[in-house]
Amino acid sequence: MISTFVIGLYVFVLAIFIGFEVITKIPPTLHTPLMSGSNAISGITLVGALFCARTGEASVANILGFLAIAFATINVVGGFMVTDRMLRMFKKKR
Amino acid sequence: METAWIPLGYLVAASLFILGLRDLGKVRTARRGNTLAAVGMFLAIVVTLIDAAAVDYRYILAGLLIGSAVGAVVAVRVPMTSMPEMVGLLNGFGGAASALVAVSILFQEFQKHPSSNSESLASLFGGYQTAVTGELTLIVGAATFSGSYIAYLKLRGTAIERAMRLPGGNYLTLVSLIASLALAGVLTVVPFTDATTTTLFFVLMGISFLLGVAMVMPIGGADMPVVIAFLNSLSGIAGAMAGFVLSNYLLIIAGSLVGASGLILTEIMCKAMNRSTISVFFGRFGGEVSAAAQAGYTNVKEAGPDEVAMLLEDATGVVFVPGYGLAVARAQHITRELADFLQARGTRVQYAIHPVAGRMPGHMNVLLAEADVPYDQLIEMQDINPEFKSFDVAIVLGANDVVNPAALNDKSSPIYGMPILNVHEARTVVVVKRSLSPGFAGIRNALFDNNNTVMCFGDAKQVIADVLKELKA
Repeated sequence: MISTFVIGLYVFVLAIFIGFEVITKIPPTLHTPLMSGSNAISGITLVGALFCARTGEASVANILGFLAIAFATINVVGGFMVTDRMLRMFKKKR
Repeated sequence: METAWIPLGYLVAASLFILGLRDLGKVRTARRGNTLAAVGMFLAIVVTLIDAAAVDYRYILAGLLIGSAVGAVVAVRVPMTSMPEMVGLLNGFGGAASALVAVSILFQEFQKHPSSNSESLASLFGGYQTAVTGELTLIVGAATFSGSYIAYLKLRGTAIERAMRLPGGNYLTLVSLIASLALAGVLTVVPFTDATTTTLFFVLMGISFLLGVAMVMPIGGADMPVVIAFLNSLSGIAGAMAGFVLSNYLLIIAGSLVGASGLILTEIMCKAMNRSTISVFFGRFGGEVSAAAQAGYTNVKEAGPDEVAMLLEDATGVVFVPGYGLAVARAQHITRELADFLQARGTRVQYAIHPVAGRMPGHMNVLLAEADVPYDQLIEMQDINPEFKSFDVAIVLGANDVVNPAALNDKSSPIYGMPILNVHEARTVVVVKRSLSPGFAGIRNALFDNNNTVMCFGDAKQVIADVLKELKA
């Protein structure tokens, strides 16, 4: 039987290939919004953080989890909103 | 079986990320792409909240609320000129979150065993793979955080903006990298008490912070966009590593997607600046500069706004060449007014955009879009370069190194070989600039000495406003 870890490795490698393929011919106009948008996606670590504050006790693990959630959420919310703000301004004609 | 839809929810979220990233790469679909990715993230959070089966949601909700509030306020308030450092800072927060997740997981594992036991991380985490990926989450996350913070400080133009040599130079990066991996190896196999493991884990975090600082500190402000793209990639990898620890495929997919796309972006940006990735990270930019590149100016001709207005009055084609200085002077709007005025008189007007104009590739496009310049007037370097000959006037606004012909004809110049905008081929070049001071590369600009160049000294916004007033008079 294939272990969870090995399946994880499969997923990891295949997703890397997709990442390479998805970003190929990007017009320079979009470099900054793209970087900021993918930066927001990298806040996905929020999903991991949500697993770290599951109880109500003030344990070290919970407090660290709370901090991780807050930081990751700043990354996610700030990232998507700022990207939208930039992209909203791209217009063809007045 | 009631939880079978949880992995399906993750799958939908992962697909939305891929579609979102794809759409972000085309002007027409970019905004939709960002929305798709945001929806994917929202779905991921909702599904995770159920998957995590928390007994108490107070800490989670507090974190989400505070994070959302801070993120929203920052996103609405940040001026467009500060976008590069903003991305750097947000990226640092992502890295910090990953590092905190690693430490939190360690403490969760402590709670599961009797505290008197001495255990290695491999036995604590239930396997070598989980221990190693957990340590990598910490190392990569912490290095991303400290590196991003240094990049943020450099982009804000603080004292450390220039390339700085740390004691030990590139060896410091290498030594801290090896030290962190060695310590991680020891922690994985050697059993320690909880207290010792905790101490060593924090030492590992400290070394990783040092790694991030050592990596970014020697790189000059001009190369920061590349560094941010690379750190963005790293923060994705940190997320993917956390995914291995938690056996969460969504984390693995999204993390590696960003990891890979960040690397491609790093490549693209290096190419735009004609630098190899190796030379950015281990190079010698901003170091020694040849004597010719530092020599003074001998043939500078000055012109006032009235003379510039006269030049424009007779011109049939005018090309604007905006650089970061334009944004600093907040002159985008007045420049667009001048461009509109000229266009209404029948003058052909275009903007020449260097791929790395501004402080990040594509930054200038954003700044001009903010001033309502339609993006079809923005012409990219390879398309506009053959056209410069056909323009009567090229107005250089706060751009410097990217219009320096030394990149074409002075082999001793540190920027030799960098692709530039061939503004010197226009009939007359007007350079609007505060002084003759050098740009990021710290070198003399041969353009300023050319016979067909006139310098109009002053603040870009004021100068353009004066020119416009003269034209309207």
